[in-house]
Amino acid sequence: MQPPTYARGLRGLSIATIATITLAFGLTFFYAPLDADQGFIQKIFYLHVPLAIVSLCGFVLGGVFAIAHLRTDDRRYDMRSYVAIHMALIFSVGALITGSIWAKASWGHWWVWNEPTLVSFLIVVLMFATYQPLRFSIEDHERQARYASVFAIVAGAFVPLNFIAVRLAQGLVHPRVLTLTGGHLPGSMRLTFLVSLAGVALLYATLWKYELTAKDARMQLRSLRRTVLSDAAVTPLGRSAAPS
Amino acid sequence: MSPAVAVLRKDLRLELRTLETVPAMALFSVTAFVIFHFALNRASVDGQLAGGLLTVTLLFAAMLGINRLFVAEREQGGFDAFLLAPVDRNALLLAKAAALFVFLTTLELIAVPAFALLLLKPSIWPPLLGLIAILALANVAFAVVGTLVSALAIHTRARDLIAPIIGLPLLVPVLIGAARGAGPLLQAHASGTPAGKWLAILALYDVVFALLAYAVFDFLLEE
Repeated sequence: MQPPTYARGLRGLSIATIATITLAFGLTFFYAPLDADQGFIQKIFYLHVPLAIVSLCGFVLGGVFAIAHLRTDDRRYDMRSYVAIHMALIFSVGALITGSIWAKASWGHWWVWNEPTLVSFLIVVLMFATYQPLRFSIEDHERQARYASVFAIVAGAFVPLNFIAVRLAQGLVHPRVLTLTGGHLPGSMRLTFLVSLAGVALLYATLWKYELTAKDARMQLRSLRRTVLSDAAVTPLGRSAAPS
Repeated sequence: MSPAVAVLRKDLRLELRTLETVPAMALFSVTAFVIFHFALNRASVDGQLAGGLLTVTLLFAAMLGINRLFVAEREQGGFDAFLLAPVDRNALLLAKAAALFVFLTTLELIAVPAFALLLLKPSIWPPLLGLIAILALANVAFAVVGTLVSALAIHTRARDLIAPIIGLPLLVPVLIGAARGAGPLLQAHASGTPAGKWLAILALYDVVFALLAYAVFDFLLEE
């Protein structure tokens, strides 16, 4: 079986990402109008909301790859699922930090409990933060992959359910910019938002591919060293939760 | 006798003879009420505080049972024996979830009267039926998710740590539904019927996770 070449198209993707993100920042600072209510701080919206959306999609994507892993028993899907969740976790921390800054600026507090979107997001992050410890504490690789996939599926399904429950529990404070109709955003803001969303999504895809490529290259290098030199030439892997 | 019933009978008989899990859970709950009494410095509680206090105590007591659920199987080779038997693997899920449900119900038969006696200000009788409905739905969720998490954690090195850190975030929506549903019931002069939306959230959670557990439990048993 030919090993997957994750590096294919990586250069084009990276260039597209850089171009889109540059364009998004340009639009954010020079094209999108200042918010009449919140002023300049509202511009963090063009970073915060895409980060949150992309990380939630990344978590669900990890669950989808996990389903593929359990169905096909192909370890490459486990790797894809792991990297998807790993990257989504990093993006979600970014979303929490930018969200906190925005909350401080517009509501006066770093953290607002009566805000369902914020709280459900935190619960989801806490949920997925246990993914790495779970992998870490299972030594058998095959079992680790299987259990991690089961976790990813359960947690992926948990994301929408959790949002429903928390939203019912609290009032609505968050600006509802994510309605299907595009909310009440004026056209210029909506365009900027969509370009930012595309930029962050491309960034996610690029980083996902980069991590896969790096992990794949490392594994190939190790197996080459093992066959060409000897077992002793391969330094043992450090403790890691990553599939190998 | 179906395999699920056989495993359930085994678990219940084991519990009756060893008295390991349920008494510990009950003792934990009563101790927790005493702790809450001192921590909150209140002789009695009502309303949302009472609802939250009761459901949080039950949730943590349930974690004790969830941690113990598969210990006998692991220590005495029950998993291998079950895998060797020509039966549907989901029978184990069904049996374990049913056992946990029975444990939790028994626990509540002790913990809820103790709570009413020690801490609750209004009478327990008017809201009792509504409370039973909420706790029954919450027990199903605890049982299903608990079985799943317990099976996930039992083969890990740090299983006593893994089960709560995965289980608690996963059960947050259940806690929201149960605590917010029970809160208004435990007020003085409450109507006694729980709000439909909390029952609906609990029921939705039960159905989704029961289906999910049924779909993925197989993969936790393969050797």
